[in-house]
Amino acid sequence: MNLGISFQIAKTHLLTKKSQTLIAMLGVTFGIAMFLIMISVISGVNKFLEDSALDATPHVRIYKEITSNHPSLIEEANPTNFNVIYHQLPKNELSNIKNGLQIAASIEKEPSVLGVSPQISSQVFFNKGPIPVAGQIAGVEVLKEDKLYNLKKRMKSGSMEALLSNPNGILMGKILARNLNVKVGDKITVTTPTGSLKLVKIVGIYGFGIQTVDGVKCYANISMVQEILQKDKSYVTDIHIKMKDSQAALNYAKVLKNQYGYKTQDWAEANSAFLAGDKIRNGMVIIVSITLLVVAGFGIYNIMTMNVVSKMKDIAILKATGFGGKDIVSIFLIQSIIIGFFGALLGILFGFGLSYALSTMPFDAGDFLDIKTFPILFQGKYYVMGMAFGIITTIIAGYMPARKASKIDPVAILRG
Amino acid sequence: MNVLSASHINKYFYEPEKFQVIKDISFEANKGEFLSLVGKSGCGKSTLLYILSTMDTDYDGSLIMNGQQLTGKTQDQLAAFRNEHLGFVFQFHFLLPEFTVLQNVMLPALKLGKYSAKEIEERAYQKLKLVDIHEQALKQSSKLSGGQQQRVAIARALINDPSIIMGDEPTGNLDKKNSEIVFEIFKQIAHENNQTIIAVTHDPDFAKGSDRIIEMSDGQIISK
Repeated sequence: MNLGISFQIAKTHLLTKKSQTLIAMLGVTFGIAMFLIMISVISGVNKFLEDSALDATPHVRIYKEITSNHPSLIEEANPTNFNVIYHQLPKNELSNIKNGLQIAASIEKEPSVLGVSPQISSQVFFNKGPIPVAGQIAGVEVLKEDKLYNLKKRMKSGSMEALLSNPNGILMGKILARNLNVKVGDKITVTTPTGSLKLVKIVGIYGFGIQTVDGVKCYANISMVQEILQKDKSYVTDIHIKMKDSQAALNYAKVLKNQYGYKTQDWAEANSAFLAGDKIRNGMVIIVSITLLVVAGFGIYNIMTMNVVSKMKDIAILKATGFGGKDIVSIFLIQSIIIGFFGALLGILFGFGLSYALSTMPFDAGDFLDIKTFPILFQGKYYVMGMAFGIITTIIAGYMPARKASKIDPVAILRG
Repeated sequence: MNVLSASHINKYFYEPEKFQVIKDISFEANKGEFLSLVGKSGCGKSTLLYILSTMDTDYDGSLIMNGQQLTGKTQDQLAAFRNEHLGFVFQFHFLLPEFTVLQNVMLPALKLGKYSAKEIEERAYQKLKLVDIHEQALKQSSKLSGGQQQRVAIARALINDPSIIMGDEPTGNLDKKNSEIVFEIFKQIAHENNQTIIAVTHDPDFAKGSDRIIEMSDGQIISK
């Protein structure tokens, strides 16, 4: 088999039917370009959602789970007896982590830990005027919290540091602030579940770009929240941990759970809805891409089959003059590969161009997401994949007509 | 010295019903011999020629060319054999229309790969000169007249210096003048280059001028 001569024949065939060649190429180009745009947009969205969700959640959260599912004393004492208990009341249980501050301090010494923020969190009502708006208040050491969540960068107005100098100050989420119609400097009343009231001053407004945070949460000094909840100075309910490597957190959460006996939650568990969404979107990309490529493949199959039919005489004469079956296959397969290669190359250029254009297009997602343009992820591996898909599809689509060509009986054609 | 020996060739057509088209044919051809294969339409002469050409492998009997037993070889082996040892001229020229005259002639030699591309080009020019068409070498083959194309087809058949050249009514589609030209070329090839020619023909003048006439009737050779 002599590939050089097959290549020369293939090239001549392609060049003499330029428009047909171009149409076949454009089929591949369109398929690959759409594949690249879709995968860039969807992986961009996935990454954006993942980042913004991960930014606002700790890698590991330690908290105490309050349940009233306790066996009664009698059950514990006589487990084999037949005990009847009416109206068992749960015992009063504090939701704090005992020695929370010491636990936080010892976790902070771990080299793999980026930051630890012990905090006290509670459901509250914010009152401005007669209407209570439900929300959540987190008492934090604001500098530690900043280390975990980059609070300083997320301030929309006011300043984070103002919290340090103002014991009765709070930082409010921007959607909550808009709902309450308050701005920096305004005062509002906070009502705790236990009924105590406190007048606080808004010193800053922040935005994470996540509705479930910006619409409910306020930050305050830990001492102030301990005070309005009437708790002591060591009372903390949550410990938030950020690791240097987010994957390591999955294991570390289990270690902490065993070590301290409190409930732990890692970021993957907290964001399982987001991660499930990722999987669904990725699945969609694959399905739609395969469909596009199959369509492009059928286009090539049709054009190459037509090509073979119109070249029956030529094939017969090539066979008569000594070209074997493999030579014929390679002549037509090379044509498909050339179409696939240049089609895919063009598709990559178009795909990149269009996704770049899309990435500069303004996109207003409202309060729900903090985003200005379409989130698009440019990754070399997608372009390599696109190229490989394009070529593989054309090889498969081109092989069948090529095989058909090699099976042509020259006698039947040459005898006329 | 014989270059081709066919013995006890039988062939059947199965459509629309079983019919024996070649009946136990045996014959030999010598080196440098110009053979004509004649007979009425449907007598099986073309069928016999395509069996001899190795393209039709559906027959009984045995076929030996250049001392090689060809019966039973695979299609690709036969293609390689045709490339090196056989040349074909058909009633219709069957040139590749997208290629130039020169490229058409060069293709079988490029496939054989015995010489470098430059040498092949030189040889192709020689063959084109032999059939007096070398001035059109760089033209698209589809731009030539029928007679000119047939001469290009002869040059293509000669490019690998095959020992046997087969023609299926090589002058069947040509006017008298062009027929004569083709005939003269064939004669020259046989007698000067010592290459064997086996041509199926309906042209009595063509047959008369050849060295030997094999006449067929009803699937059998009636005179050698």
